[in-house]
Amino acid sequence: MSAHALILAGLDGDRTWRLQDYVARGGYEALRRVIAEKTPPEAVIAELKNSGLRGRGGAGFPTGLKWSFMPRAFPGDKYLVCNSDEGEPGTFKDRDILRYNPHAVIEGMILGAWAMGCTRGYNYIHGEIFEVYQRFEEALAEARAAGLLGQNILGSDFSFELFAHHGYGAYVCGEETALLESLEGKKGQPRFKPPFPAAYGLYGKPTTINNTETFASAPFILRLGGQAFLELGKPNNGGSKIFSVSGHVSRPGNYELRLGTPFAELLEMAGGVRAGRKLKAVIPGGSSSPVLPADLIMDCTLDFDAISKAGSMLGSGAVIVMDETTCMVNALERLSYFYHEESCGQCTPCREGTGWLYRVVHRIEHGLGQPGDLDLLRSVAGNISGRTVCALGDAAAGPVQSFIKHFGDEFAYHIEHKKCLVSPMVQEAGRQIHVSRPC
Amino acid sequence: MLSQESLQQIDREIAKYPPGRKQSAIMSALRIAQVEKGWLPKEVIEFVAAYLGMPPMAAYEVASFYNMYDLEPVGRHKITVCTNLPCALSGGVYVADYLKQKLGIGFNETTPDGKFTLKEGECMGACGDAPVLLHNNHRMCSFMTTERIDQLLAELEKQ
Repeated sequence: MSAHALILAGLDGDRTWRLQDYVARGGYEALRRVIAEKTPPEAVIAELKNSGLRGRGGAGFPTGLKWSFMPRAFPGDKYLVCNSDEGEPGTFKDRDILRYNPHAVIEGMILGAWAMGCTRGYNYIHGEIFEVYQRFEEALAEARAAGLLGQNILGSDFSFELFAHHGYGAYVCGEETALLESLEGKKGQPRFKPPFPAAYGLYGKPTTINNTETFASAPFILRLGGQAFLELGKPNNGGSKIFSVSGHVSRPGNYELRLGTPFAELLEMAGGVRAGRKLKAVIPGGSSSPVLPADLIMDCTLDFDAISKAGSMLGSGAVIVMDETTCMVNALERLSYFYHEESCGQCTPCREGTGWLYRVVHRIEHGLGQPGDLDLLRSVAGNISGRTVCALGDAAAGPVQSFIKHFGDEFAYHIEHKKCLVSPMVQEAGRQIHVSRPC
Repeated sequence: MLSQESLQQIDREIAKYPPGRKQSAIMSALRIAQVEKGWLPKEVIEFVAAYLGMPPMAAYEVASFYNMYDLEPVGRHKITVCTNLPCALSGGVYVADYLKQKLGIGFNETTPDGKFTLKEGECMGACGDAPVLLHNNHRMCSFMTTERIDQLLAELEKQ
């Protein structure tokens, strides 16, 4: 289902996730070679740097550089953590990677442990996908039985233990330091940075945290070579990337494409806007990334730099598509409710501000908007941004700011006329399609 | 307080963490306890805390922070519907309304026979399958339509 797929290539749903299937696809070749040739850790990291791989969890930080921050010589335990706490609305790629190709993540983590001198690793999996957590545990058991994990991996003197840990319903734990707190058995409230996890991470020890897709990319980079991976994408945006397409398209799902592919191609692969309707807006990188109107996104290529230039973020590659039947006030209300619900309560601007944002958007949506509400929203959002320990505050403010920036008319109409610019009949027609869709 | 089977499961979780880091198993331990008891009464949380050698308050903080733990009794079948934006664009709110109407209850309510509880959930990380809902926290039900909801409820009704 994907052009230029690496991680999703050759998969057949629930039938091909086991160790033997992964090995048949060339799996664990990279690890076997690294161990047989005793590839120096610096060489592995150099390959990652050459590949141009940037973190797939949302921030897009260069992975090779992150790996180089780890103090290899630090005595005692060093940890490797995979962030599979995928709860950013619109993002559902890690779920498919873990359930259909779990060994790619495991191999990537073992390679990371080799390169960074880590002794122990954890994969923190989103609580709501508990069935996937169970499958990952099975995959770990297969890898252990095959001598790929544990003491003396493949007969070498290299040892690495890897375990699965699950969340239980807290969006904020996708933030790396909140995730570490949660792994330590506490409520998931983010830590102040610095110190960064490479200096003070899990149990206070040096720790590297990467996203699931980032780890899953590592074996392919070492197998193909960093340069070949880089050339799949474009300079500074190496490789292919999985895009999760949801919302008003005919075929929602995950599509793995070269970075730099035009957005229009992805939309076409996802079957286009459902029922031949007109595209209205797209949130290109998960709910926290600014919304872009149709004309802006249709001119974009899908890579970190192009989306950033258009005023948004590639983020996690979660593309939420909205057609002409969408009321933007209603859409923003859903998002604002979410951030209000998920604010961990640690920082006052976020705890109070997200509630304020939600209540004001809610009253506009329900015909109770007041003149001055848009200024109020801008002011509250502006007072959250940059004033919190973690990025959840900015993530809550971003949609409010971008929705008002691009669709201010709709908000003003709601406030003035106490009703929606998109007629209820049109909205209703838009909803019916999916409800009656045969599955 | 907890069955031998549950305690064995908790022991397996504890073994994942370094010595002296039993507290890391709290999330799994509370999940295991909740599966056995149906929800988490205070005594159960205190028992789990003692089992892991951590202060009861620290365990309670965890139980109250993560929203899949139930600190009040729920029906035999807890149904959590995602109404976040990607699901809402694909009928998630309709799914919730349909369930409310079929079960005759609102969010955070339980049917009088104690069979069903309805909850509103946040992003479950399965937006491509929208609309989605979770049954008893661990089973994901995808592409829900009115027909599929009818089937699901009929199946659960029999259990």
